[in-house]
Amino acid sequence: MDIFTQQLINGLVLGSIYALVALGYTMVYGILELINFAHGEVTMIGAMVALSVIGVLLGASPDLPGLMVVIAGLLVAIPACMALAFGIEKIAYRPLRKAPRLAPLITAIGVSIILQNVAMLVWGRQYVSFPAILPRGQHEILGAHITDLQIAIVVLSLLSMAGLWLLVEKTRLGRAMRATAQSKEVAELMGVNVDRVISYTFIIGAAIAAIAGVMVSAYYGLAHYYMGFMLGLKAFSAAVLGGIGNIAGAMLGGLLLGVIEALGAGYIGDLTGGFLGSHYQDVFAFLVLILVLVFRPSGLLGERVASRA
Amino acid sequence: MQATRFSISAVIVAMTLALSACGEKTAEGPEVIRIGSVAPLTGPQTHIGKDNENGARLAVDEINAQGLELGGKKVKLELLGEDDQAEPKTATIVAQKLVDAGAVAVIGHLNSGTTIPASKIYHDAGIPQISPSATAVAYTAQGYKTAYRVMANDAQQGKALGQYAVGKMGAKKIAIIDDRTAYGQGLADEFEKAAKAAGGEVVAREFTNDKATDFTAILTSIKGKNPDLVFFGGMDPQGGPMAQQLKRLGLSARLLGGDGLQNVNFLKLAGADAEGVVASSPGLPIDSMPGGPEFRKRFEAKYGVIQVYAPYAYDAVYALVDAMKRANSAEPAKVLAELPKVEIQGVTGPVKFDAKGDTVGGAVTVYEAKGGAWQVLETVK
Repeated sequence: MDIFTQQLINGLVLGSIYALVALGYTMVYGILELINFAHGEVTMIGAMVALSVIGVLLGASPDLPGLMVVIAGLLVAIPACMALAFGIEKIAYRPLRKAPRLAPLITAIGVSIILQNVAMLVWGRQYVSFPAILPRGQHEILGAHITDLQIAIVVLSLLSMAGLWLLVEKTRLGRAMRATAQSKEVAELMGVNVDRVISYTFIIGAAIAAIAGVMVSAYYGLAHYYMGFMLGLKAFSAAVLGGIGNIAGAMLGGLLLGVIEALGAGYIGDLTGGFLGSHYQDVFAFLVLILVLVFRPSGLLGERVASRA
Repeated sequence: MQATRFSISAVIVAMTLALSACGEKTAEGPEVIRIGSVAPLTGPQTHIGKDNENGARLAVDEINAQGLELGGKKVKLELLGEDDQAEPKTATIVAQKLVDAGAVAVIGHLNSGTTIPASKIYHDAGIPQISPSATAVAYTAQGYKTAYRVMANDAQQGKALGQYAVGKMGAKKIAIIDDRTAYGQGLADEFEKAAKAAGGEVVAREFTNDKATDFTAILTSIKGKNPDLVFFGGMDPQGGPMAQQLKRLGLSARLLGGDGLQNVNFLKLAGADAEGVVASSPGLPIDSMPGGPEFRKRFEAKYGVIQVYAPYAYDAVYALVDAMKRANSAEPAKVLAELPKVEIQGVTGPVKFDAKGDTVGGAVTVYEAKGGAWQVLETVK
């Protein structure tokens, strides 16, 4: 039982990171019907920038409290990712807004490759380690171990999601985003500045991605120029699982995918008597993606056009 | 199309080299014997690659300074350094380039993944290859009479680790994880065999890949089986997070690994959780090598700090030259006939090959991470 609880916790932590990244995919898709494949790389850049800031701060004065240093890193990474996403949208996607849908998709893949290579040039090909400066408290719940960091990840994720939901549902900008998602032309006629709304969508997604990036590197203790690729694919699967374009769906999809992966990798070996091993961990995400596409193409929560943003 | 263009350019480069070689031969002075040295000289392993080349170069310079005579004629060794970028594809290109440039032997490559594909080219060309650092069993198991190495292979390392885990660390229930690469899987398989033979019980066999960072699921599953030791066959980018997650999940089992973990990067990535991790490395720590301290002095005077494998590259050159002296020729066929008889007292210890081309009695050293550094526990033969 404690093993099961532990796997559930493992899955929820992983899932809340997936959910955060998935939000970025789903928001952009909701408005532009564009799969922004560069989003995983924005997450990576967030982690890298934060790590650089942390490195500089620790180099200047090693006695600073760890939590403050990480928060400082995060506070630099968020605007850096926002600026990056703003630039990407302006340079790579906006000129292609009237082009066939395949064109921006290919541009997105191109941007993703460019960002990976730029990161490789700037930060090198090595794995960058995340200094062990965060509090290392540990708790036991029902025989399972959970650390302060894991609790922080889940709480921060839920707060970010709640914040985003409030923003979309309760603010003027949110209303403009929903209107744009329904129909760009009509929204424009109603006086919505569509270009600006689209920019905001990218920027908000990037801010959440930066948070996710810092979480991932703090959680695993490292960052790498290639880390955004797999994370992006998993998050994209999560978004599709929940119903792409649907914000609640992205959250549900992310959490679900994390739990499926943890339980799958944890039990497959024993259940199949060692015939299938835990190296199939990554397969679960994509198996789920395929099954959802076959049986419920619009995802678990479907795509309710009215609430997508 | 790309590949053809590549090989065409490789051929052109080789022809140019060959032509310039002809020019030198007619000049006055000793005959020039070309020896290749291949290692990654660009990319993340640059520092280790350059280290190998410098080790070989030091040996070549010393031998030239002493003067080498083969078949009554004075000869001069020339080292051709090549970069394989740690890429199997590039490895075969530069291997062909060296063959075309008239190299009579090759010291290299550094990685198992590059050494193995390149070995076919050297075998087809009939020139001897001595790798200073490739440890995959498969390299010498292909039956090539041209493939040699001066370092203990993964089978020797896995065996030593298996015996050490059960015999010295007192492990009874063992969990094994590998990253499904040729290196990780090979090491883990050999470890499993030796641990079982020594009386250990393998309670879990789990797998991951060489890009993963999340091992909580498999570690939790392992935790349910209460092992007292977790063995990981893989590299430091996975080993670091694994060491952290092991502690985080409250496993009391110790982590044991091979040379993929026994490096500075692992200590950085695992942070405080590296404490108590045990890992091995083939060979001896430089200061315990018979000629180690003395070698360090000579090497550092010329090239700076030793990274890892320089002494092995150095010994590989001397082993090759020993075979040349026995053959009294640098002709590859004659040198190959003499290589099995080579017996020298190298910097790293006695160098002698068995019938497969593996080094005889290669030592494996076991280290423990203590206070942010690797401390020698013991050398196992």
